[in-house]
Amino acid sequence: MSLPAAIEFAGIEKAFFGVPVLNNVSFSVSAGRTLALVGENGAGKSTLMNILGGNLMPDSGVMRIRGMPYTPAHPTDAAAAQVAFVHQELNLFSNLSIAENLYLKTLPRLGPSPFVDRSRLRRSTAALLAQVGLSVGPDTRIEELSAGERQLVEIARALALEPQLIIFDEPTTSLSARETDMLFALMRGLRARGVAMIYISHVLEHVLQQCDDIVVLRDGQVVAQGPVAEFTTSSLVTAMVGRSLERLYPERRGHSQTEAALVARQVSQPYVVRDISFTLHRGEVLGLSGLMGAGRSELARILFGLDPHAEGEITLGGATLASSGPRRRIERGLAFLTEDRRHEGLCLDASIADNTALVSLRQHARSPLRLLDRSSWRNAIDSVLKAVRLTAKGEATQPVKTLSGGNQQKVVLAKWLLSRPSVLILDEPTRGVDVGARFDLYQLILDLADQGTGILLISSDLEELVGLCDRILVLNQGEIRGEFGRDEFVRERLLEAALPQEGAA
Amino acid sequence: MPLSAAKDVLSRALFSDYFVLWLCVLYAAIIAPLTPGFATPENFGNILATLLPLLLVALGQTLVLITGGIDLSVTAIIGLASIVGALAINDGNGWLAGQALATPAGVLIMLAVGAAVGTFNGVAIACCRMPAFIVTLGSMMAFGGFAVWLTQSKAINLLPAAFNRLGGNTAVACAITVVVAWFVHIMLSRSLAGRWLYMIGHNARAAHLSGVPVTGVRIAAYVASGVLAALASVLYTGQAETGSPVLGQRVLLDVIGATVIGGTSLFGGRGKVLWTLFGVLFLKLVDNSLNLLNLSIFSITMAKGVVILTAAIVDSARHRLVGRAHA
Repeated sequence: MSLPAAIEFAGIEKAFFGVPVLNNVSFSVSAGRTLALVGENGAGKSTLMNILGGNLMPDSGVMRIRGMPYTPAHPTDAAAAQVAFVHQELNLFSNLSIAENLYLKTLPRLGPSPFVDRSRLRRSTAALLAQVGLSVGPDTRIEELSAGERQLVEIARALALEPQLIIFDEPTTSLSARETDMLFALMRGLRARGVAMIYISHVLEHVLQQCDDIVVLRDGQVVAQGPVAEFTTSSLVTAMVGRSLERLYPERRGHSQTEAALVARQVSQPYVVRDISFTLHRGEVLGLSGLMGAGRSELARILFGLDPHAEGEITLGGATLASSGPRRRIERGLAFLTEDRRHEGLCLDASIADNTALVSLRQHARSPLRLLDRSSWRNAIDSVLKAVRLTAKGEATQPVKTLSGGNQQKVVLAKWLLSRPSVLILDEPTRGVDVGARFDLYQLILDLADQGTGILLISSDLEELVGLCDRILVLNQGEIRGEFGRDEFVRERLLEAALPQEGAA
Repeated sequence: MPLSAAKDVLSRALFSDYFVLWLCVLYAAIIAPLTPGFATPENFGNILATLLPLLLVALGQTLVLITGGIDLSVTAIIGLASIVGALAINDGNGWLAGQALATPAGVLIMLAVGAAVGTFNGVAIACCRMPAFIVTLGSMMAFGGFAVWLTQSKAINLLPAAFNRLGGNTAVACAITVVVAWFVHIMLSRSLAGRWLYMIGHNARAAHLSGVPVTGVRIAAYVASGVLAALASVLYTGQAETGSPVLGQRVLLDVIGATVIGGTSLFGGRGKVLWTLFGVLFLKLVDNSLNLLNLSIFSITMAKGVVILTAAIVDSARHRLVGRAHA
C-alpha cells in the first residue's frame, strides 16, 4: 500500500446546530478498489458524501486525493478533482436529450462560434451509452426513458467526467435485475481500469458480492471496517443497527379474528396485475412484498378505486365495491396512506389541523349550510394528534411543511384514524422517516390492528414486513407468487418468490 | 435592537388581515389634501356606488382563485346578463313588460345566465381538465360576442323603475352587497365547502384522495363566480338604467387586480372576503382620486398597473417571510 489512496478521509467531523452528525470519520479507498458505505438512514452517509461533493464544509478533519489535500467549496471543485456522483434521485432534465444532459456544461462548440457541434456531441454520447449498455440514440429525450434507463444515463453522465473516483448512491433501486447485472459488469470494468468507487446501498447481498471493503457508519461514527471477507449479512446488520433487530419493532401479539374485512377475487388489469385473490381479515396485518415494478402500488390504487380493473371483484366488509373513485370507499371504511406523501398525502402549505381534518370534515358539518362545528372539530383533532404522539413544537395551525418527515407521516395517519377505517392500506409508510418516529408509526399501526382494523402493508423493506406482519404476500410481475405465514418468514424464500424467474415469462 | 423591532412591526403589519385597510387609510390621508373634492360626502357616496358591484364580481373571483383557477369570463357574464335581462323586462317590447313580477323575474333570469355560463366554465375545467385560463378566455370572447350580437350592440332602455332602484339606489345596492358578502364570508370561513375550496387550492390531488368531491366543488366555484358577476350586472344595469352588452367591459383587470391587492394568491389556497373587500376599496380610492385630479384614463390605468405590480411583489415577499418564519 505504498500508493497514496484515491480518497482518504481523516478525522472528519460535522455538526448541525450543535448536534454531531459525523464524529471522527476516517477511512480511505485505494485506486481500483470498491468500498461499500453502509448504515441506516440518518447514519451520516449523505452528510459525508455532501462533504466529499463540495456541498458542505466539514467542521474539522481533512480529505486527501492521491495524497494532495482536497478542500472542495463547490460541486465544480469535485468535478475538477475527477470525483463523480451517481445520485439516487435523478437530476436529469426530462425535456432535453440524453446528449444535452451529459454535456450540459461542456457542450462542444463549432470552433469559436456559439453553435453546438452536434456530430461531435452525438459521437461522444454514443460512446458513453455503449459503455453503460444503453441501446438508445443520443438524441432520445429523457422523458421517453424508463426509470432504470434514466439511472444508466445518470451513470453515463458520471463517466463523462472521466473520473478517478465514483460515488454510487443507491444505484440499483430503479434498475431491473438485468440492468443491475450490467451495472455490476460496468463496475468491474472500471475497477480493472483503476477507478476507485464508493458504493452506497441498502441491498446487503450486492454489497457482499460486488465490493472489496466495507465501512459501516452508525450515528456518525465508523463502527466497523475491513475487507468484505470479514463480514456476513447478519454481522453487517448488527453493526448497522447496534441492537438486536427485534427491538426495532414493537411486539406483535398476533390476531385471532377470522372475519374477512377486504376480499379481492381474481382482480385483473392488463399489464398491471393478474388474477389477484386474497382475503384480509379484521385485525390482521397483511404484508405485500415484491420488487419495484411488481405491481404493489398499482394494486393498492386499484383497491382504493383510483385506477380501474378489467376483471374481478373487490368486497369490503361483505359489500362489493363497484363505483370508481375514493369517496364511496372512504365512506365504507377504506383508508389509503399513499407512497407519495408530498404530492398525494398532504396539502403542504395548509395547516396541521386542516390536513388532519380533511377526511372526516363531513362529520362536523351541520345542516343546512353545512357549517362546521368548530369545537367538535378542534376536539377531534386535538385528541387524534395526541394519540399519534405528534411531537411538534408549535400549534396545530402551523403549515404541515414545517414538520419533519416522520411527523408529516403522523399527520397523514392521524387524518385516516379520524375516519375510523375498517381497512387501512399503507404504501411505504416509513419512507423518509427516521428510526425514532418509525417505532411510533409501527406501534400505531399495530394498535390499530389490535382494535380490529385490517392492515395491508406495502413495503420494500423486508425486515419491516417480517417485523410487523401476520402474513406476507409476495407479488411478482403483477401476480401473487407466494404466501407466507408468520412461522414461514425466511428472508431467502421471500426474496426468491419476488425475483423474476428465468423463462417463466 | 430597534432594527429587529421595526422588522417585527413590519412583518406583523404584512401578515395582518387589515394590512390593505391601513394602506387605504394611509393613501386617503395623503391624497385628500392634494385632491379637491375627494373628502366630500358626495364623493364617498360615489366611491361606494361604484365599489359595490365591483366587490360582488371580485368575491366570485376570490372563490375561483382560492381553488387555483381564474375566471376571465366575468365581464362577458355582466354584459350578457344585462342584455338578456333587459330584453326580457324592458317596457318597450320585452315579453315580461308591464308584468307585476317583471323585476324579480328579470333578476332571476340574469342570475340564471350567470349560473349557466359558470356551469359551462366549471364543467369544461373540472370535468374535461382544460386550463381555466383558456376556458374562461374562450367564454369571455364567445359569450361577450354573443351579447353584442343579440342586440347588434344597441343598448336597451325603458327598464322598470323598481329594477333600476336595485342598483341606482345606493342604500339598496349596499344592503344587497353586504348580505351577499357576509354570506360568502360565512361559507368560506365556516362551512365544509369553504374548507374544501382551500384544500383543493393547496393540493387537489391530495384532496381527491381524501374523499373531497373535487370536481363538484370546482364547478360550484365557477357557478358562484358566474352568479355573483350576474348579480353585479343587476347593480350595474340598474345604475345605468340601461341594458348594455358592453357594460362590464373594463372591469376585468380591476376585478383580478383588486383581489390580488387584497392578498388572495393566484396560486390557490389563500384568500378571504375581508381581504378582497379592502383590495376593492384600495383600487377604487386610487381610481377615484386620480379621476378627480383630472388625469387621463391612460395615466390612471398606468397607476393602477403599478399598484397591482406592487401588490404582487408584497405578496411574494409575504410568501418568503412565511417560509422563513417556519424554516
